[in-house]
Amino acid sequence: MMVNNSFRTCPDTGLKFFSSAENLIKANAVAGVVFLLIGGMFGLLVGLTRWQAVHLLGAEDFYMVLTAHGLNVLIFWMIFFEIAILYFCSSVLLGCRLATPRWAWVGFGLMVIGAVMNNVIVLQGNSSVMMTSYVPLEAHPLFYLSLILFAVGALIGSFVFFGTLVVAKAEKTYEGSVPLVTFGAITAAIIAVFTIVSGAIVLIPTLLWSVGLVGEIDVLAYRMIWWAFGHSSQQINVAAHVSVWYAIIAILFGAKPLSEKVSRTAFLMYILFLQLASVHHLLVDPGLSSNFKMFNTSYAMYLAVMASMVHGLTVPGSMEAAQRARGHNAGLFTWLRKAPWGNPAFSGMFISLVGFGFLGGITGVVMGAEQINILIHNTLYVPGHFHATVVLGSTLAFMALAYWLVPVLFRRELIWKGLAKWQPYVFGLGMTGVSLFLMGAGTLGVPRRHWDIGFAGTGGITHEFPAAAYTMLALNGMSVILAVAGGAAFCLIMVGTILFGKKLGNDEPMAEPCIVAPVTDEEYAANGGSAFAIPGTIVLALVFFVSFALYYFINWKYLAETWGIG
Amino acid sequence: MSDQDQGDDGDIPMMQKLLDNPFLLLFIGVASPAVLYLGWGLMEIVTIPAR
Repeated sequence: MMVNNSFRTCPDTGLKFFSSAENLIKANAVAGVVFLLIGGMFGLLVGLTRWQAVHLLGAEDFYMVLTAHGLNVLIFWMIFFEIAILYFCSSVLLGCRLATPRWAWVGFGLMVIGAVMNNVIVLQGNSSVMMTSYVPLEAHPLFYLSLILFAVGALIGSFVFFGTLVVAKAEKTYEGSVPLVTFGAITAAIIAVFTIVSGAIVLIPTLLWSVGLVGEIDVLAYRMIWWAFGHSSQQINVAAHVSVWYAIIAILFGAKPLSEKVSRTAFLMYILFLQLASVHHLLVDPGLSSNFKMFNTSYAMYLAVMASMVHGLTVPGSMEAAQRARGHNAGLFTWLRKAPWGNPAFSGMFISLVGFGFLGGITGVVMGAEQINILIHNTLYVPGHFHATVVLGSTLAFMALAYWLVPVLFRRELIWKGLAKWQPYVFGLGMTGVSLFLMGAGTLGVPRRHWDIGFAGTGGITHEFPAAAYTMLALNGMSVILAVAGGAAFCLIMVGTILFGKKLGNDEPMAEPCIVAPVTDEEYAANGGSAFAIPGTIVLALVFFVSFALYYFINWKYLAETWGIG
Repeated sequence: MSDQDQGDDGDIPMMQKLLDNPFLLLFIGVASPAVLYLGWGLMEIVTIPAR
């Protein structure tokens, strides 16, 4: 078989782009953005329906659109873009050809077929089972088949990534250990394999059940195995976006990690413990013991949380060390003030870091504690939390990377730079609002899955939520509009750049340099004398810990008031 | 800054060998949740007493 070994060396970054990998990275990234656009539009309809004064859609359309929204943004957008990241972190960062590009195209084709088929089936209206598709809710058989096809395609992509690591090692394209960013991608790919296998274990019998070949699916077992797929799929995002954070600080600041050992050990803790957090969805399920629930959440999950806190310290810490080495050494926060806030690759990354840590991380711990979880279990707090992790955290990090990667990959100048400068702030502000107001409504007890909190047409439910819950949902609706405007701006800038951006010759560098030379050991030594002198980051970390502790204990106080003792 | 230092005798530390082996990590990363989450969870569900 002929192997296409042709490559180009990027005049801006010095990276080698093998044509087989480059085309697949482009295809997966573009497909991801298309499904983000589709899913985002469905998200607008969901937000405007939850806003009780608008209440745009009827119940049937709402559940159909909610199903499509969840699958397009939580599964299709994320995994297409993650496959692009895996190929970039293997072939491009290791400077080697992609293993078995034909299989990679087969995988891509299956993912496209699965994603398109799923949208068609869901929009026909007889598969409005939401993303979780809990049995005995039954969807059309093609709904399950479409997800299986997509998962098989993604699994092929993951193994092409592992094969490319073998190629790079065999052809000695790197020395020593793989770069930290590639190691983070390995972590994401490992979690992806477990996730996809779990998806196959639960979806194949469900497909057979939907066509009548299997009599019954155990409801409890379905939920347990489904969450190994449903929650772990979001852990792929976490590992991938943390890798993106490390990549962006290396690209924009020339920063080296404070400690490779510590950062790699934190990724290892993800590999060992992150997927166990799925149990927090089962904390009120009968039949599962407290030992099972508490070991997996309140013990194992906290080790994964600790790993996230390590990354949350080392990413800004590495950036601070690099900035101080380059002369921004005055006071506590000059290094941060002098950061390139007008560059969307940086602002997107930093908003993602802060949003993921403060909103997604802290609330995730609250949801993982069996006792206080009961306050908000299955309320709108849950979507509030995962909009902070998956959208504010992962999606914004991927957008930030795209601002750097798309011009480099497509050899086009970014268009609408003024809009691009504002886009991460608009999207970040909107999504912060969505997260906070959904969590606020959830704290007031608003259920996560009900179409109408006034319970119209339920034939007798008369529960009255406080007026504040209605206000929260109205504010959520306004935030959704802002976030969708920011998301649409991103999609327009990306598509516009690919189609209409100023084309650059293969050897023609961009108008502005897009990568900063790595900080040398001499520079680290000359300015401050230590790469570990990061007082500004330590202050930020202390603010984080105080917020964490306060919010955690407020929830215990809230629990004590809900269930008085004595 | 990068502290992927090796021992004085040039031997690669065990931890680094683990971190440099993606397929061993893949095995650990699949086996660990398969046992602690899927295996343990399924055992609990199948041992629920019948009504």
